[in-house]
Amino acid sequence: MSTSEYLDVFIDESQEHLQSLNDNLLLLENEPTNLAIVGEIFRSAHTLKGMAATMGYDDLAHLTHSMENVLDLIRNQKLDVSTPVLDVVFAAVDDLEAMVNDIASGGTGKRDVSNVTVLLEQIEKGGSPSQVAATVEEVEIPTTEETLTAAFDVSYDQFELTVLMQSQEQGYHSYQIKISLDERTMLKAARVFMVFEVLEQVGEIIKSNPSAEDLEEEKFDLEFVVTFISKIEAEEIVKRVNKVSEISSVQVHQLNIEELKKAASEKETGLEEVVVETVVSPQKAVEEAPQEKTTAINGKKVTNEANKTIRVNIERLDVLMNLFEELVIDRGRLEQIASDLKNNELNETVERMSRISGDLQEIILNMRMMPVEQVFNRFPRMVRSLSKDLNKKVNLQILGAETELDRTIIDEIGDPLVHLIRNSIDHGIETPQKRLELGKPEEGTVILKAFHSGNNVFIEIEDDGAGIDRDKVLKKALTNGVVTEDEASKMTDQQIYGLLFRAGFSTADKVTDVSGRGVGLDVVRSTFESLGGVVTVDSTLGRGSVFSIQLPLTLSIIDVMLVEVSDEKYAIPLSSIVETAIVNKKNVFSAHNQKVIDFRGKVVPLVFLKDLFEIPVEDELDEEYYSLVIVHKGDKVAGLVVDSLIGQHDIVLKSLGNYLTNVFAISGATILGNGQVALIVDTNALIK
Amino acid sequence: MSVESAVGTELKVIVFQLKDEEYAIEVEYIQSIERMQPVTRIPKTYSFIKGVMNLRGVITPIMDLRTRFGIESKKSDDATRILVISKDNIEIGFIVDGANDVIDIPSGKIEPTPEVVGGVEADYLSGVVKLDTRLFTLLNIDKVILNS
Repeated sequence: MSTSEYLDVFIDESQEHLQSLNDNLLLLENEPTNLAIVGEIFRSAHTLKGMAATMGYDDLAHLTHSMENVLDLIRNQKLDVSTPVLDVVFAAVDDLEAMVNDIASGGTGKRDVSNVTVLLEQIEKGGSPSQVAATVEEVEIPTTEETLTAAFDVSYDQFELTVLMQSQEQGYHSYQIKISLDERTMLKAARVFMVFEVLEQVGEIIKSNPSAEDLEEEKFDLEFVVTFISKIEAEEIVKRVNKVSEISSVQVHQLNIEELKKAASEKETGLEEVVVETVVSPQKAVEEAPQEKTTAINGKKVTNEANKTIRVNIERLDVLMNLFEELVIDRGRLEQIASDLKNNELNETVERMSRISGDLQEIILNMRMMPVEQVFNRFPRMVRSLSKDLNKKVNLQILGAETELDRTIIDEIGDPLVHLIRNSIDHGIETPQKRLELGKPEEGTVILKAFHSGNNVFIEIEDDGAGIDRDKVLKKALTNGVVTEDEASKMTDQQIYGLLFRAGFSTADKVTDVSGRGVGLDVVRSTFESLGGVVTVDSTLGRGSVFSIQLPLTLSIIDVMLVEVSDEKYAIPLSSIVETAIVNKKNVFSAHNQKVIDFRGKVVPLVFLKDLFEIPVEDELDEEYYSLVIVHKGDKVAGLVVDSLIGQHDIVLKSLGNYLTNVFAISGATILGNGQVALIVDTNALIK
Repeated sequence: MSVESAVGTELKVIVFQLKDEEYAIEVEYIQSIERMQPVTRIPKTYSFIKGVMNLRGVITPIMDLRTRFGIESKKSDDATRILVISKDNIEIGFIVDGANDVIDIPSGKIEPTPEVVGGVEADYLSGVVKLDTRLFTLLNIDKVILNS
């Protein structure tokens, strides 16, 4: 069978399981005695192993198997959870991740993991030897005889479950058949072969336990279980199998696929128990499983919502988005035509269409939204290893991980956030000794927080470390020529901290004298800015720093104010507009050759778009008033002078393409209702 | 490059007019030929960039080839065309005075551009072709769109 069509599912699910392994291992480190977490970890590992084996990734399956053995010891309380043990398990997970990533990028998933395997085996040997032997031989089969007889313990991986589901949909029954051979059977393998043949005349064997290979090599005792799909009834099966000689007993159980599926997706506690219940009395399992589940995973919500969601390739969503953008453009065009024609019926229809497409727009945008958890959940691991490397004690708190952002943004923010968190731990948090001397708790705290505010999402990284020394930063900036003495004297503390994001800072080869702060932060800033975001930093010396990132919710459809200058139209993003105003020319002052106005008690410089964009002017209008769009960048404000304000519009943001990069003060373009192109003003470039 | 690879074969080109000369571009780079349409000016960019236009939903930059080659510009008329070029993920439109011919050039007929001191446009060209009484200049697109 070709496995390629399952590859995507395999990769996605493996990554989910790896993440769950990482998360739960971290939980376990904090609560070493919580066996429910161990069960959770064990199940993730087990599923991963099953999937890898089905897909033929043997290295992956083997390493998971070794890891599982160690986990099994922990689960059976033969081995205590300790940091050295977890370090090895974490290392194994890292290797697993590397393999899955290799597979995802088209590789074979092969990797030399002998180091980790040896370590795992050592740990395993260190445990109770008898137990180790038992688990090695029969990891998939519970070791006690009772469970075996009652359970037919067979677990199914996702792939097998899917097959079972589908055959059920096509009217097949699914059975688990336990066949016991007579003790005196001479050629066990031959009997197995005969049983298989009898069964395959009337149906299909999906799985056997032990595996078909082991059965062939007689690597089993007297019993084996097969999972079988067929249209015939259970009694009929018993009769048929009994025709084979030397069979002592045949037990047939009809499988309830729904329950199996539910059980699998709910990640029930205690693999054996629930499988037992599923087979023996499905109703009971339903009643009990959910309760057990909640206790099992620390109250973390993993409901069977998984059944109601659907995985969609992001490319398809992109296609949908592009088509929708076309629709938005045409909607604009229709609105314009309708307002020109002033036909009531047309107007009503267009209004209705606008409303529907508005709703559609919201749904499509929402479909692309993902919780920032996607990015955040890799940080606990990172912080753990980083604090170990640096010999610091760090407590990472994550708040608002459920905050949603557009997928395209999520994909981009991971690396810059890694950089900022590293920065906080590396340069912010002091060593435990230093912290104790300073009268701070030994353990430093880094808070990673995400929240919505208006049309933006904010992400903050706060630490209670040393903070930023403004004088040192300023000194460094002066030596590097990033600022002049004159500028420096006028700068606020905030602005000085902001210098850390300047390019001049990172290129300096020696930055240790400002405790390394600023290395590469200009890259962080430019990444966020390319996403339409703003990064700021605030700090109190000795108390800690806060890096704050403001990001737009989505990138592709934005609200703008359309303005007209001479014959040209420009779009100004609403997010950067404070307000619009009309001022009398008499109220414009000149300060150092710069036109300014007094706007609500604040001196605001004016930017004449006509001059700035060198817009050809046919005949100069001599009007008494200026139309202004007041824009801001952070807390700095400027007034853009335009000829007239056209109004507010929803527009589709389009890039200028690969050819025109770095156009001054233009961040993109959009297509207007009449089919023409209007440029979008990058107001951030206009305010220094 | 494409010239050498096509030795002994025929090269299909689109012939277009700029002032009183005929130029040629290999047909494989031509995505479409459009009539003149509204172009939105882009401030503070190269003088030869006329602006951008909406090409069926895609924002496409437009270059005035006359300005690029140092020929005095001229108002567009009925014959004016925009040749939309697609090469190495870059899409760009060239404004030309007219485009009306697709011809096959035996690649053996392509001769290197005569090197003369002071020739403004020589850099942008990858060869000349003499066919009967007509002379075409083959454009080197990479050089033409290189924006430095």
